[in-house]
Amino acid sequence: MNVSIQQQDFDIAAELSAVRNGNGKIGALVSFAGLVRDFSGDATIQSIYLEHYPGMSERALHKILEQATARWELLDARIVHRVGQLLPSEQIVLVITAAMHRKAAFAGCEFIIDYLKTAAPFWKKEQTSQGVVWVETRDSDVQQMQRWQRGHDQSGEKI
Amino acid sequence: MHIQLLYFGRPADHLGIAQEHADVPDHLTTLAELLAWLRLRGGIWQQELADHRIRCAVNQEFCELTAAISPDDEIAFFSPISGG
Repeated sequence: MNVSIQQQDFDIAAELSAVRNGNGKIGALVSFAGLVRDFSGDATIQSIYLEHYPGMSERALHKILEQATARWELLDARIVHRVGQLLPSEQIVLVITAAMHRKAAFAGCEFIIDYLKTAAPFWKKEQTSQGVVWVETRDSDVQQMQRWQRGHDQSGEKI
Repeated sequence: MHIQLLYFGRPADHLGIAQEHADVPDHLTTLAELLAWLRLRGGIWQQELADHRIRCAVNQEFCELTAAISPDDEIAFFSPISGG
């Protein structure tokens, strides 16, 4: 398990390779990358600024990885989260999960990004054509996270 | 009581403060009381630290406003999180 909070960009292929490296039990590798959109509602985004709570953010991300690893028996998992000034289309966050089978890798990856959005101390400020906005937790992200606590999605399918 | 206060997100930006070492009255026992005491600074502090706009952590764990505070705690006040 590995967590990195950094200003510099990341190379998805290199990160995937680092997780995959030498572990013959891995049958599935899933990655999620979050990017900066160029719009927010009707406004155009010029840049965003990401801030975190050093110390607490690393601990929170490790805890999320531990939970996902235990729940889906992941073989490895990694989070890279950038901070500082980012421009539209730049990469913000990367989640990688490795498991024996794809279902665990997919579910673990989705769980990690859903929890990251609601349980890790990061803040995003958008510089837009209509001014500066501090983004707050979205209700839809909280609902997404709560699915995992219930253990099933809206259709009743077990997750 | 000596407490280290940290600010992140919107309140840090709008108040122009990232951290401070505060000597707070000993009779304050919860985060809600500490926030109310900080709001006595008036002006923008009243708006930025309104209970419904603030989330908090004590010693790097998320907490409700009802949580107790102790000397030498590291207390952080921030806007609702928005990472990822």
